[in-house]
Amino acid sequence: MLEYAIKGDKKYYGWIAFLLGLIGVGFGFYLWQLKFGLGITGLSRDVSWGFYIAQLTYMVGVAAGGVMVVIPYYLHDYKAFGRITVLGEFLAIASLIVCMLSVVVDLGQPMRVLNVILHPSPRSMLFYDMIVLNGYLLLNLVVGWNVLQAERNGTHYPMWVTPLIYLSIPFAISIHTVTAFLYCGLPGRGFWLTAILAPRFLASAFAAGPALLILLSLIIRRVSNFDPGREQIQTLAKIITYALIANLFFFGCEIFVAFYSGIPEHMDHIKYLFVGIHGHGVLVPWMWSSMALMVLALILLIPPITRQNEGVLAVACIMLFIGAWIDKGLGLISAGFVPNPLHEVNEYFPTFPEVMITIGVYAIGALVLTILYKITIGVKEEVRA
Amino acid sequence: MEDSRRRFLKIAGIAALGMGAAPVIDAVAASGGHGAEPHMRKGADALSAKQWGIVIDTTKLDHEKVEHIIEACHSIHNVPDISAEKVGEKVAKRHEVKWIWETHFHNAFPNLPSKYMSEAVEESPFLVLCNHCEDPPCVQACPTQATFKRPDGIVLMDFHRCIGCRFCMAACPYGSRSFNLRDPRPFIKETNLAFPTRTKGVVEKCNFCAERLAVGQPPACVEASEGAMIFGDLEDPHSDIREVLREHYTIRRKVALGTGPAVYYII
Repeated sequence: MLEYAIKGDKKYYGWIAFLLGLIGVGFGFYLWQLKFGLGITGLSRDVSWGFYIAQLTYMVGVAAGGVMVVIPYYLHDYKAFGRITVLGEFLAIASLIVCMLSVVVDLGQPMRVLNVILHPSPRSMLFYDMIVLNGYLLLNLVVGWNVLQAERNGTHYPMWVTPLIYLSIPFAISIHTVTAFLYCGLPGRGFWLTAILAPRFLASAFAAGPALLILLSLIIRRVSNFDPGREQIQTLAKIITYALIANLFFFGCEIFVAFYSGIPEHMDHIKYLFVGIHGHGVLVPWMWSSMALMVLALILLIPPITRQNEGVLAVACIMLFIGAWIDKGLGLISAGFVPNPLHEVNEYFPTFPEVMITIGVYAIGALVLTILYKITIGVKEEVRA
Repeated sequence: MEDSRRRFLKIAGIAALGMGAAPVIDAVAASGGHGAEPHMRKGADALSAKQWGIVIDTTKLDHEKVEHIIEACHSIHNVPDISAEKVGEKVAKRHEVKWIWETHFHNAFPNLPSKYMSEAVEESPFLVLCNHCEDPPCVQACPTQATFKRPDGIVLMDFHRCIGCRFCMAACPYGSRSFNLRDPRPFIKETNLAFPTRTKGVVEKCNFCAERLAVGQPPACVEASEGAMIFGDLEDPHSDIREVLREHYTIRRKVALGTGPAVYYII
C-alpha cells in the first residue's frame, strides 16, 4: 500500500516539500539547542518544564482521542464509524510521534535516552509513560495497517488483530492517565496535586482529538474523492460536545475546591493564570482567550441547528482545538511552577527558537499524518472505484 | 594511537588508585581472580551513618557568615557563577545554578510565617539546601536511577547517567535542584580538580559533601559555619546532632508533605 504515498499530484508534493522545509528549519534550531543547551529556551531553574512537555501533554490527548472512534465501532458495533476508524488510528500515530519527539527535544542529554531502558525504574511515572506511549503507537500501527489492508483486499482483517483492538482501548485511556500522573503525583505542586487531573485530561482529550478528526475529515472531503461521511462527522460532533462539557465541568470542580477551601497553595497557581500574582501575569490574556474559545465553541456545539451546519461546526472545532491547546499546551505546565516552591514568582514564556523547534516537531507529525492519510485515501478511493 | 591512549589511561587509573588512600577499589583478587568480583571498600577514615542530617542554628548566622558558607560549598563543588555581568540579568536568573543559598524565612517556610513576625526572624538569613529526605520524591521520579538514596541517607546524583529530563526538579518540593541549561565550565571561577565539573543538560544539587565524608571530613558548609551548623547521624541517639535536637526546638521545611527532610532549623 505504500505506493500510494508516492503517487500524488503537484499540490501533494508541494505540501510535502513545505513540511520538509519546516522540519529543516526546526532541525536547524535543534542543532543550535544541542550545541548550546536548553538555555536557548525560556526554561529556568524555577520553570524547568515548559513548551515541549506541554506539547507532549496536549498531543497525548489528541492521540487518546482516537479511541472515540474505536469504541463505538468495535465495542458498540456502530457501523458508520467503520469508514473513519483508520483515520482515528493514524491520527493517533502521528500525534504519538509528536509526543515522543517533544520529550526527546526536551531532554538535556538526548543521547542518553536509552538509560530509561538500561536502568528501568518502576517507581518512576516516566518509565510507565514510555511503555504506554510506545505500546499505543505499536498497537495503532499494527491494527490500522492490517485493517486497511484487509479493506483493500476486500477481506475481513485477521482474527489475531481483534484482541489488539480491544487492548488498544485501555491503552488509549492509559496514555493520558499516566501522563497526568507525571504531574499529579508530585508533592508540593499544588496546581497539579488534584485527583481530577487525569479525568480532566481525558475529557479535554476526547474533545480536542475528535475535533481535529472532524477538521481533517472536512479537509479530506475537499481534497480527495473519499468522503468520510456526514453522519460520521455529526456523531463525532456529539461526542466532542459531551467531552467539552465534561472538561469545563471538571475545571469548574477544580476552581470550586481551590477557592471555596481557600487554601493558598491551590489558589495561587490558578490566580497566576487568570489574574496574575505580584504583578506577574504573562498568561492572563491567553487563559481568558482559552476559556472564551471553549465556551463559545460549546455555545455553537449544543444547539442542533448550529452543530449540524458543517461550516459552523468547523469553526467550533477550530475554537475548541485552540482553546484546549492554550489550556494544556501553554498554561497547564508552566503554571504548575509559578509560584515556585519558595513562593517566588519567576515567569516563563517560550522563546523563538523553542517555538521553531516545536513547529519542526509538529511538521514531522503532519508529514507522518499526510503520508498515512494519503495511503488511506488511496485505498478507500480504489475500493470505491 | 587510540589503543595506547586507552592503555595509558588504564595504567594511570590504577596508579592513581594505588596512591590514593581512600576509597580503595578492591579489584580482582591476586590469586587469578576466580569468582572475586570487584567491589568498593570504604576508606579507613570514611564517616558513616544511617541518616546524615544537619541542624542549622539560624540565631548564629548573619549575612557575612552565610556568604562565606555558600562560597565554601560552591567553590569546592565547581558550581558555576552565571552572573548578570556576564550574561545579563534575565538570563543569569534563568540559568542560575546553586546548591546552597540564602533566602528569607517566608521563602524557606512559605506555609509557616505568622501574620505578625518577629523582626529578628524576618530579617535573618536562612540557608536552604537539599534536605536529603528520608523518602525523597526526586528519587522516586527519576527514570534512570541517576538520583538515588545511599544507605547513609544521602540523596546522590550520577551526573553521567542523568538524561536531563528534569522530572526530579518538578518532584522536589524545596526547589533544591538546578539544571545546567548551558555549559557551566566557562563560569567556574577556579576549577577544583578534585571534584567533577558538570556538562550541559544534567541536573545537579547538594551532595552533603559525600566526597569529603569519604575521607573523614565534615561537609564544607558545616566546617565554614564555625559552629552554626551541626552535622551528624540522625539515627544515632548518642550523636552530637541528636543532643542538639534534644536541647532545642527545631523546625523542618514542609514536613506536611511527608518527605522527611534531614535539615533542621533552630529559630
